[in-house]
Amino acid sequence: MAKHETPLLDELESGPWPSFVSDIKQEAEVRAKNEKGIDFQIPAEACDDLLGLLELSYKDGTTHWKHGGIVGVFGYGGGIIGRYSDKPAEFPGCASFHTVRVAQPGAKYYTTKYLRELMDLWQFRGSGLTNMHGSTGDIVLLGTTTPQLEEIFYTLTHEMDQDLGGSGSNLRTPADCIGQSRCEYACYDTQELCYFLTMMYQDELHRPAFPYKFKFKFDGCPNGCVASMARSDLSFIGTWKDQIQVDQAEVAKYVDGTNPANAGSHKGRDWGAFDIQAEVVDLCPTDCMAYENGELKIYDKECTRCMHCINVMPKALKVGKQRGVSILAGAKAPIVDGAQMGTLVVPFLEIDQTMNKQLADFDSEEEWMEYLEEKYEALTEVIESVWDYWMEEGKNRERLGELMIRQGLQKFLEKINVEPQAVHVDHPRTNPYIFWKEDEVEGGWDRDINEYRKHHAR
Amino acid sequence: MAFISSGYDPEKPMEGRITDIGPKHYDQFYPEVIKKNKGKWSHHEILEPGVLVHVAENGDEVFTVRCGGARLMSSTHVQEICDIADKHCDGKLRFTTRNNIEFMTDSKDKMEALKADLAQRKFPGGSYKFPIGGTGAGISNIVHTQGWIHCHTPATDASGTVKATMDEVFSDFQDMRLPAKLKISMACCLNMCGAVHCSDIAILGYHRKPPILDHEYLDKVCEVPLAVASCPTAAIKPAKVELPSGDTVSSVAVRNERCMYCGNCYTMCPSMPLSDKEGDGIVLMAGGKVSNRISAPKFSKVVVAFLPNETPRWPSMTNAINKMIEEYAKGARKYERFGDWTDRIGWERFFDVCELDFTHHLIDDFRDAAYQSWRQTTQFKF
Repeated sequence: MAKHETPLLDELESGPWPSFVSDIKQEAEVRAKNEKGIDFQIPAEACDDLLGLLELSYKDGTTHWKHGGIVGVFGYGGGIIGRYSDKPAEFPGCASFHTVRVAQPGAKYYTTKYLRELMDLWQFRGSGLTNMHGSTGDIVLLGTTTPQLEEIFYTLTHEMDQDLGGSGSNLRTPADCIGQSRCEYACYDTQELCYFLTMMYQDELHRPAFPYKFKFKFDGCPNGCVASMARSDLSFIGTWKDQIQVDQAEVAKYVDGTNPANAGSHKGRDWGAFDIQAEVVDLCPTDCMAYENGELKIYDKECTRCMHCINVMPKALKVGKQRGVSILAGAKAPIVDGAQMGTLVVPFLEIDQTMNKQLADFDSEEEWMEYLEEKYEALTEVIESVWDYWMEEGKNRERLGELMIRQGLQKFLEKINVEPQAVHVDHPRTNPYIFWKEDEVEGGWDRDINEYRKHHAR
Repeated sequence: MAFISSGYDPEKPMEGRITDIGPKHYDQFYPEVIKKNKGKWSHHEILEPGVLVHVAENGDEVFTVRCGGARLMSSTHVQEICDIADKHCDGKLRFTTRNNIEFMTDSKDKMEALKADLAQRKFPGGSYKFPIGGTGAGISNIVHTQGWIHCHTPATDASGTVKATMDEVFSDFQDMRLPAKLKISMACCLNMCGAVHCSDIAILGYHRKPPILDHEYLDKVCEVPLAVASCPTAAIKPAKVELPSGDTVSSVAVRNERCMYCGNCYTMCPSMPLSDKEGDGIVLMAGGKVSNRISAPKFSKVVVAFLPNETPRWPSMTNAINKMIEEYAKGARKYERFGDWTDRIGWERFFDVCELDFTHHLIDDFRDAAYQSWRQTTQFKF
């Protein structure tokens, strides 16, 4: 029997989409019945009271959570978000309802053994409610009390070999797309790079020392499934430098309808027979293709690697063999100075395709990490020069993208030792308000007015 | 409820402490067929909505069944997911960036059994626990934030607006009739945890009233200079305020006409709350994307300046979203993303066909970039 009446929320139980209300009710009932005999370490009525509090928000049209709350585990400056209700007397079960961010595994693959262990811990020491997953990528455990935090951290680290994620002004938990684990488009191993950098920068992740939050995200190709270009201060997008690999026999099978176009993604409507001219050649944004005499020609020098032709004919076209990443910097949501998209700062950084040893090829994770340090050395150099610059010049709560706007792209490129190129801009400046450096101008800026007056009367 | 220790000794917090170990290594979580063929995938095909097959160079196949998830999940629900994965998928599964659950099998027969099992699991209220879909030229799951369930700055609820929207567009979650994929995102305030500013359609919680000033407490709990500096429009200045008691305290003054209610001051100073039943509601944005396919990634544009929080199902919001999707489905060409369609037909035509009002709120006036969005040509449509 529900503890609180929730007529408004109850309306969200119908309809086909999974109902979060039904699910919270399910957990409330599990806690009330407690058939497993769990010795709950936070109030058994946590979920019931959460429903009651949420119902009140639905009635009042406002939140009932107080501003912030500084809680955490010893030695870490992030990973826990403090949360207190402003109605503790009416809803004591969720008066304290802190969040624990748990660092998610690459591409969010799990064993059920691991998930069950985590859920058992959460039913025991928390509300039993989670987000699978938070927006940044973490496993988010919703709702526990302050005395439980160190206990949860102890169990996670000692029994599950599992650390917390990031929050606050630090490196946030990096996130990757599915990458080469199950996608033919991925130009590099997103899981490997994401894991390597996460481990390399554990200190930056747990101990806030930055002006504000900082996010890494890893997309295996320009399709951008993890939205790195919109969501991360440094975005690593897989790309290639040589030719798209073409299998003309498979192209023919798309043309004759044997292979389903766009990997079958348009099966819900009759769009007519596949037309390679209209659907591939004419949609190419650089007009760098032709289909003549049953053969698809690509003038790769003009290709900008948008992925459209490859997406439409994945069996026939493959990404090139000389692979690496494009690095974009400065994306963020609107707060404070408006939304920003990542700006291309390193057009291409090749990743050595012959360095493909895996963890299993080494005796220890340390040796593997050393190997990866070498493999990704050029990349960590970019990251660390970006951080040096931002930590030196960034104001309190200034995201990297805002610093880039405040001081200009020229300055940023100079700081990361990248030579400015035409690919860094959509078009050159439309005003001639050029800042010259003094040493670029012959004779410098110090001039003698008396010398000038010898030739120019007052 | 007796306190049970994990083994942690609060007297000696550093004893045996383990830190900086990071996430679990991905290798131990891969299904066998994934581990074996990583980096050697040849191609893939969507067999039907929500069902994919990926084929490796050696001919190995992995069948994936994608299911929607509410993001907010109970441990009991996750345990049920584990039961399913144990039964059909050798105890392995994954989640997608958009909060979908993916169950993988290495044969078609196992995949069919899995599908049948998933389809019959429902909550007592009637909703599916594991609806299959979210692939190809359809609508995938909505990524979203916390909202009223767990956040201190929201202008609306996240789980509720998402549930209401997904119920309305459910047939497109399970179908692939659209011209291209359509991604909907939700953020419950301008902080945009998860950044919804580049989505085909975005639901955004928005405040419309300047902060309320809790003068009596402000200087005790906030750093006045930080509150002043936090304002992107310089609407906040330090002020001395006389309380009804006659005491004078340090506080702030807000020029209300300069405030655009971003809430950044409240993030810095708890004595400046914004939330309000009448003030708070929904902004709808449209036409953004993150993919580099054909056209460059682009920001979403504001298309509806405000809709009230009509709990529990936000009908004005879902109606506007439905109308936009239907017009897009009708008007866009194959492969054309929402924003590419609006760019082609022109925004003036977009407001016509979607029967949305264009009001002064939709003309950009924030900083220099605003000018880039004003029309500087005689080319326009009547």
